[in-house]
Amino acid sequence: MEAIRAFHHVIDDPLKYLEGVSLRKKAVGYCCSYTPEEVIHAAGLHPFRLFGLSPDTGVADGHLQSYCCSLVRGVLSDVLTGRLDTLSGAVFPHTCDTIQRLSDIWRMNTKFPFFADVVLPVKLDTPSAREYFEEVLAKFRADLEKGFGVSVTDASLKGSIKLYNLIRTSLRKIFELRSASPGLISGAELNKVAMGAMILERETAASMLADLADELGRLPAPSPAGRKRVMLVGSLCSQPDIHAILEKAGADAVWDDLCTGSRYFDGLVREDGDPLTAIAERYYSRIICPAKHSSLTARGENLLKSVDTHRVEGVVFLMLKFCDPHAFDYPYLKGFLDGRGVPSTLLEIEGQLPPEGQLLTRFETFVQML
Amino acid sequence: MRAPEKEKKRSFRSAKRMRDIMTEYYINAKTAPQTGKKVAWITSGGPVEPLIVMDVIPVYPENYGAMIGASHMGGDLCAKAEAMGYSSDLCSYARADIACAVENGGPIGGLPRPDMLICCNNICGTVLKWYEVQARYFGVPLFILDTPFCHTEFPDQARKYVRRQFDEYIAFLETACGRPFDEEKSLEVGRLSIEGQKLWKAVLDATAHKPAPITAFDAFFFLALIVTLRGTQVAVDFYRDLLQEINERINDGVFALENEKYRILWDNLPIWYRLKWLSDTFASHGACLVADTYTTAWCGSMKYIDENNFFESIVEAYTRIYLNIGVDEMVKTVFEMIDKYQVDGLVIHSNRSCKPYSFGQYDIEKMVREVKGIPTMTIESHMTDERSFSESATKTRIDAFMEIIKARKG
Ligand code: SF4
Ligand code: SF4
Repeated sequence: MEAIRAFHHVIDDPLKYLEGVSLRKKAVGYCCSYTPEEVIHAAGLHPFRLFGLSPDTGVADGHLQSYCCSLVRGVLSDVLTGRLDTLSGAVFPHTCDTIQRLSDIWRMNTKFPFFADVVLPVKLDTPSAREYFEEVLAKFRADLEKGFGVSVTDASLKGSIKLYNLIRTSLRKIFELRSASPGLISGAELNKVAMGAMILERETAASMLADLADELGRLPAPSPAGRKRVMLVGSLCSQPDIHAILEKAGADAVWDDLCTGSRYFDGLVREDGDPLTAIAERYYSRIICPAKHSSLTARGENLLKSVDTHRVEGVVFLMLKFCDPHAFDYPYLKGFLDGRGVPSTLLEIEGQLPPEGQLLTRFETFVQML
Repeated sequence: MRAPEKEKKRSFRSAKRMRDIMTEYYINAKTAPQTGKKVAWITSGGPVEPLIVMDVIPVYPENYGAMIGASHMGGDLCAKAEAMGYSSDLCSYARADIACAVENGGPIGGLPRPDMLICCNNICGTVLKWYEVQARYFGVPLFILDTPFCHTEFPDQARKYVRRQFDEYIAFLETACGRPFDEEKSLEVGRLSIEGQKLWKAVLDATAHKPAPITAFDAFFFLALIVTLRGTQVAVDFYRDLLQEINERINDGVFALENEKYRILWDNLPIWYRLKWLSDTFASHGACLVADTYTTAWCGSMKYIDENNFFESIVEAYTRIYLNIGVDEMVKTVFEMIDKYQVDGLVIHSNRSCKPYSFGQYDIEKMVREVKGIPTMTIESHMTDERSFSESATKTRIDAFMEIIKARKG
């Protein structure tokens, strides 16, 4: 499918794509879905999601112990080996302890013109935290204005909000179409689309995603019999192969709770009223990430809701090894699933995937239980 | 006869006193249901003073974690947490405590059940997740004091946010206890807190004396009261006595090591289940651990505290603690300590349990070597989970490290 091939292209070599973009506009790297991308975009910049995909992470060893997650090791290696030199800077929202230290190490070991910490509140459910959230956004806006000598107007913010709403709406539509008929496109392709959407220039992403959503909507909806419906839950999936192996084992990941999936497109930003308030509001209502706090059971309830909505028969927890926030939530989320009789399995990934044969056997065993 | 005499002299009379105080404290905490007092579990870096004002007994799972580690029960409890689904890569305090709550195991038969949980994330994101787990398990109210990370600065927005949360904290306690906050008493508690911290600082400063009268291992032990009973007269009296004892020793010429040749700085938490072994191993080389970055955390933010305005100024003091600042800020403290205590080498405890403390250590290590020109070494462990610790590998490294120091210093 033509509309999908372009996404493959970007994901196969994101750094090359970045080089191209940075000839046209300045790019700012980020690595967490709590980055207020709209503000970056409204400053005329390109927000570029860092996945740390390059395979050699040896240079990170000089700065990070072996017990650091592969995402952060990968990102640090990319920047220290000069692969990200075309960036104009980076932004670090407060996420987990590891990202917090990545921010320090990045700041101390690189020389980009721009750098910002966006120290968002950890609680998202109290009035004072929400007031603080908005103030942090305002500070970030001012940091960008000062750093790049631009002015981020309300009008440009509103424009960016509209554009991001389009991106999120299309992504959701694509995910929902595929949930309805998993035969439409493969999970690996969907994964590449989602990751590509975070890397592509936003205007391009918006139109490509809209086209893809339209095209998929027009296709006949194949629903092959006898396949199982599963959901992926965890930090992020940057290895499309997982989908391929899962599909070989007879199951389709029809929905997810991942940074590279529903957590990215969940919730739209209100298009009226104060733009920063509206951006902040989306984060209060969006599915929460385990590094943030709302209610004690928000993630569990959301998980069961998704299980119901998407008729999920089993859950694969996809954990990056050494990821504390997700590892702490795993037993409780599993408990919620157990309570409903939904089987689950845990796949811990450290850098590379386990050998295909081994993973296939694991998935087959799991799928047979469903 | 001579050697045991000296040994006796070297052990502290304050040590027994502290054990007694801690025993009484835990008895009080465990009998709270009978005495009608409320119990709050609180994180080690959390503001305990409002609890003392409200006559709520503060209980520290981290202090308990240290006890678990020291009594070699960590491995077993951590394994139980793993069986519950908690990854073996998580903080061993958290794993041990989570298992303990369910098992009612561990030293002193487990901690008393909390009536409320107070979680201040100025030390890590782990405590947030850990306290969420306990809030679900015990079904009691959880108050989160969210202290934004201060990479390089403490912005006004953050100050306002934390300030407002102190009001929320007090309102939370008023609801939980069903009585108003006693402003009058809070002045007294604030005064005692400052006095306790000053005395604790004086205790730690005493090791600037050459040779050192106490070691960082002693500090790890004596730390318990400034953590758990900060803001009380008991802590003040205890540290005053301890300081006096230390000064007596300096006068009497009784020092931590009989023959101190080298002075070492320790970074990160202690390895609770190998304190004595590490102490002996370093001592066998004539090396004394004179200071550490961990125990200083309980007096390190004194500079932000205004004695005449305690409850206003702790906003900054509790936010800008050692673990809640950037690596380049931390290294300044390390440099200061190297100079102040005149150390010959730095031991980096790379603590798998504590990512916010450990990531960035390699950068600190590099700067220490470059700027201060002293040797460094790394020891890896999970501070309360003894299962993966390798004594022989660690010993080899310590020996090699000490050889370098000896070669440098003679
Ligand atoms: S949340 Fe987890 S995966 Fe993401 S950076 Fe932190 S530790 Fe790594
Ligand atoms: S040891 Fe580190 S991770 Fe564990 S509770 Fe203490 S500060 Fe947090």
